[in-house]
Amino acid sequence: MERTVLVIEDEPNIIEAISFILSRDGWRVVTHSNGVDAVDAVASRRPDLVILDVMLPGRSGFDILRDLRAEEGTAALPVLMLTARGQTQDRELAQSLGASRFMAKPFSNAEVLEAANALVAS
Amino acid sequence: MAKTGLTGSRIRDRRVMMGLRQADLARQAGISASYLNLIEHNRRRIGGKLLLDIAAVLGAEPAHLTEGAEAALVATLRDAASASPGAGAEAETADEFAGRFPGWARLLADQQVRIGRLEQAVEALTDRLAHDPLLAASLHEVLSTVTAIHSASSILVETKQIEPEWRDRFHRNIHEDSARLAEGAQRLVNELDAGQRKEVSLNSPQDELDAFLDKAGHSFAELEGAAVAEDDIEAALAGQSFDTSAAQALARDRLTRLARDAATLPQDRLVTALEAARKAQREAEAPDPTALAADLGVSPALVMRRLIALPQDVAERLLPAAPGLVIADASGTLLYRKEAQGFSLPRYGAACPLWPLFAALSRPVFPIRQAIQLAGRNEGAFLTYAVAEPDHPVRPGADPGLRAHMLIWPQDRLETGSQRVGLTCRICPRVNCLSRREPSIMAREG
Repeated sequence: MERTVLVIEDEPNIIEAISFILSRDGWRVVTHSNGVDAVDAVASRRPDLVILDVMLPGRSGFDILRDLRAEEGTAALPVLMLTARGQTQDRELAQSLGASRFMAKPFSNAEVLEAANALVAS
Repeated sequence: MAKTGLTGSRIRDRRVMMGLRQADLARQAGISASYLNLIEHNRRRIGGKLLLDIAAVLGAEPAHLTEGAEAALVATLRDAASASPGAGAEAETADEFAGRFPGWARLLADQQVRIGRLEQAVEALTDRLAHDPLLAASLHEVLSTVTAIHSASSILVETKQIEPEWRDRFHRNIHEDSARLAEGAQRLVNELDAGQRKEVSLNSPQDELDAFLDKAGHSFAELEGAAVAEDDIEAALAGQSFDTSAAQALARDRLTRLARDAATLPQDRLVTALEAARKAQREAEAPDPTALAADLGVSPALVMRRLIALPQDVAERLLPAAPGLVIADASGTLLYRKEAQGFSLPRYGAACPLWPLFAALSRPVFPIRQAIQLAGRNEGAFLTYAVAEPDHPVRPGADPGLRAHMLIWPQDRLETGSQRVGLTCRICPRVNCLSRREPSIMAREG
């Protein structure tokens, strides 16, 4: 069964690279590039996995994650957080809010692929 | 005054300059030549009558033999010893060390000064990296661009069979992103460079206001007088170009407040009270703003604001040191900053919750006098007076708009019962601090 990943990221070339890598691995990739209506995008796209950037236009990825965890339908949805700040406090905040994995930029394609497949078995 | 071992070097230099033999000087001073030899090589301390006798033979003022640039060297060596208590350096023999090994002593002292400068730069940069929103955005952009380039180039290298359309697209992406990376890196370097030069970029209207006030020395002659008009405030603002209208509005509000303060407590009244206080107390003692307020019949917070607004020449004549002032609202946000020497105020992060400034918020209108010791590089001693007062007339059921004030006097020595505080958690070396909010990146105390 095809797995769907929603990539919420504002950097178009990162979206393109992640889309390429995951689609080659059999994922259906859908994308969204702003934070304001990201929670609505998750509700409407109903992905198996969300890859979520922390610094998004309009709204922080942490706020989005908090909302997702508060909703019954997305409380257990696997979320891979991406951030340009690998600081301990960001990592701890992501964990405390319920992120499934946390990855600091710059990351490798293999790491993203490994994390996605570990979070959602095919 | 304590005599340093370097006195011996000066005695020797002067004797040699006069062409006097060691034995002759020893005889005239009534001591053995071998003992004088020990003194001249800074192996024996000298003071009292013997110092006076030797000075008389050499035709020198005793003070000239015991003071000089080396005193600063010895002080720096002692600073170095106290900065690394675990090393077991014998601070009490710093003068002897400086006398016997002047080259090594100067090297060690130079290193100590350099470490201080570097730590200061690290503190400033760390504070910025953690809290400066513009810098965080620049870092994010650079790292995101690096990620995009890394991902695209990996795809090109690792994907054995890639469609020409995808290949061309990733080539184009790398080309675009590398140009963006060059621009972003340059911007980042410029921002960090600005921090190194201490010409920090002004990120917020509050930053612009702080820079404006610092430039004016927090003193505006145009605003002194009983009847300051709007034109006077505009005159004080004339020639200032603010990046934002919000900064201009803040500056206008601040100057209006300063003018109101000046009308309530004219400078000549404060000066008269300060002169009277100086006569009544030891000269070097820091004026007590609460006592001045009681004498003048005004609030302590007003006296604090007026003290830091004194013109430089008046302040130098009447005050033992230039005081600092910080004002915070009930949320703890710093609204007004004037730094005291050795007490830099955090620019981006929240301040240490142990400051008396915040204790004052818990007991409004009651002044607090608290000596403090700043944890960190310089371990400076300060005397603070703090008070929280309503910012506007109190109305039933309305928030009083408390403004906590803390006046900061640099002190030469640490007062008994001083409270040890930091600047902000991130650069504070204190361990086991129950008020800590986040880990420190500085070397921790042993």
